[in-house]
Amino acid sequence: MIVDLLLWPALAALLWVNRRRPLLWPLVALALLLLFNRLFTPGFFALEIRDGRLYGTLVDVLNQGSKVMLLALGMTLVIATGGVDLSVGATMAIAGAVMARLAGVSIPVALGGGLGVALLAGAWNGLLVSAFRIQPIIATLILMVAGRGVAQLVTDGQIINFEQPALVYLGNGSLLGLPFTLALVLGMFVLTALLVRRTALGLFIEAIGDNETAARFTGLPARPVKFLVYVFAGLCAGLAGLVAASNIKSADANHIGLYLELDAILAVVVGGTALTGGRFQLAGSLVGALLIQTLGTTLYARNVGADVATVPKAIVILAVCLLQSPVLRAKLAGLRRPAPAALRKEGAA
Amino acid sequence: MPGLALPRPGQTLNRSTLRTTRPLSPMTPKFTSRLLAAAGLFAGVFFTTAQVAAADKPVVGFSQIGAESAWRTANTDSIKGEAAKRGITLKFADAQQKQENQIKALRSFIAQNVDVIAFSPVVETGWEPVLREIKKAGIPVILTDRAVKVSDPSLFVTFVGSDFVEEGRRAGKWLVEKTKGQAVIAELVGTPGSAPAIDRKKGFEEAIAGQAGMKIIKSQSGDFTRAKGKEVMETFLKSPEGKSINVLYAHNDDMALGAIQAIEEAGLKPGTDIVIVSIDGVKGAFEAMVAGKLNCTVECNPLIGAQLFDLVADVVAGKTLPKRIAVEEGLYDQSQAAAALPSRQY
Repeated sequence: MIVDLLLWPALAALLWVNRRRPLLWPLVALALLLLFNRLFTPGFFALEIRDGRLYGTLVDVLNQGSKVMLLALGMTLVIATGGVDLSVGATMAIAGAVMARLAGVSIPVALGGGLGVALLAGAWNGLLVSAFRIQPIIATLILMVAGRGVAQLVTDGQIINFEQPALVYLGNGSLLGLPFTLALVLGMFVLTALLVRRTALGLFIEAIGDNETAARFTGLPARPVKFLVYVFAGLCAGLAGLVAASNIKSADANHIGLYLELDAILAVVVGGTALTGGRFQLAGSLVGALLIQTLGTTLYARNVGADVATVPKAIVILAVCLLQSPVLRAKLAGLRRPAPAALRKEGAA
Repeated sequence: MPGLALPRPGQTLNRSTLRTTRPLSPMTPKFTSRLLAAAGLFAGVFFTTAQVAAADKPVVGFSQIGAESAWRTANTDSIKGEAAKRGITLKFADAQQKQENQIKALRSFIAQNVDVIAFSPVVETGWEPVLREIKKAGIPVILTDRAVKVSDPSLFVTFVGSDFVEEGRRAGKWLVEKTKGQAVIAELVGTPGSAPAIDRKKGFEEAIAGQAGMKIIKSQSGDFTRAKGKEVMETFLKSPEGKSINVLYAHNDDMALGAIQAIEEAGLKPGTDIVIVSIDGVKGAFEAMVAGKLNCTVECNPLIGAQLFDLVADVVAGKTLPKRIAVEEGLYDQSQAAAALPSRQY
């Protein structure tokens, strides 16, 4: 199978390259899950070309996972500053609702409107956190609760359908045979990575997350940086909202992005970024998001009932978190290379 | 209730607006103060209809769950519209999804001494005390749309609402006829644990139980939403057995509408390659039927106004009613869809 020939060497290479990096553990989990599906879930790896695009469960994982991947990018930076953004799911609903409402006007207006309100939502959170110094969990909780109401107001409590080809393309179209959303995620990832790794911004964010007071005393613009990461999270949520609405060709204000903020936080944590702030793993968050989506799709494909599906999901997440726990890893390392008793004592002294 | 002037829209609630407009003999000071207390409880409650009833027409207090969906809005409009049509005084209170608001509203209905109280309970439990108060006041209670759990069934007269099991059964029966008993079925279940999901599954399985040629090969929750309906259907279609699926049964129209997109993206024709039957009868489902993409929807009817006020008349006339009354609901397939579409209100 051509998929096997491409996928497994690529995964192995990725694992080897990252063997000493924090990205290793989420990658190991993803590889194991894929291997499990290769062996035990028939049809999971079946790929074919249909209507000029790749068609198969793996493609669905990438397409459906794009929303959490987008959210996770923004969430990573917010969490790196020691904050959290609970409102991204509600922001998605608002952005989707505004886009659907403006769909009839013109495509740029619809897209701009959707992203515009998402930026506004992010700026609102940023303002509360940076200028008014409200705890991020509370500041963003406000919009999480109120945002869905705003989206309901925009849509009059109805599900608004739209058919404009350009808007439908966003969540369903394909580019070079792959889902367009994948290109969108990659584009955002490259952009974010350049922004934080090729400029000092990433360093600023990590410094603020580690110790905000110390960062301010060294002259870092702590508050503007914090404001900006929330605006960026808003932008990512807006994009995710547009994709989600486009995916079902309608704005369903009650359900778009419901509980996705939790998946996004989970993806970031699974990806190796600590909730306490400081160092962050942008690529890790993407892998985390993919892991969550692969897990969800696996459960659908294996026909695990939805009422019990949360249990295997929790077990996998728990396993990944334990793999990353420094305490457990030290213990495991100790098991592998039992040091001579004398040496250990010396080390302790 | 003659003589009590309820505030007009725009008028604020204060002592002077709540005073009686005409001199009224039974208004003892004690009663007045109770009334004022009740009115105080009413502060958050929104009145829409407030005219003095004609002597022979009953006064009905109705407490709605709140505006949660287009279905609920249609439900409210139907009840308000029917009351206006019949010249019945309806005291309408919106509970905004909170039980405490609903209990306040029910108590205020007692204080206003309405003839019949009807309400759609937000939750199933916790109604005993207030229902006992209502019983003591001698006011009959009709439950609409959702049931309550009480130890004493005499606390309410009747419950009028959709029979979810019957809806599932009708979807199944229609399918048996349509497919002549030969079908490989994928099922999109509603939110796990919710009453409609459990009952619609049960009814459907009952209806196809005797058919050896009908089998549900995939059953998974789509959470009653379009997005999940689509996502789950995508996975169904790509499973090794996916190619054999020729029927989709969705517990609501929204999941079916999402699944239709997944079927189209798989290069199949919804409605032809895969026969689709769902429940609810929302406008979008009728549009899909007109487009030939959905085959049948079993109506879950929110327009219970007429039926509700017929029951009110029966209760006032002293007739005994069964404890459980099903809402009159239709079943629509593609042949009726185009004709019915313009009249769909939700």
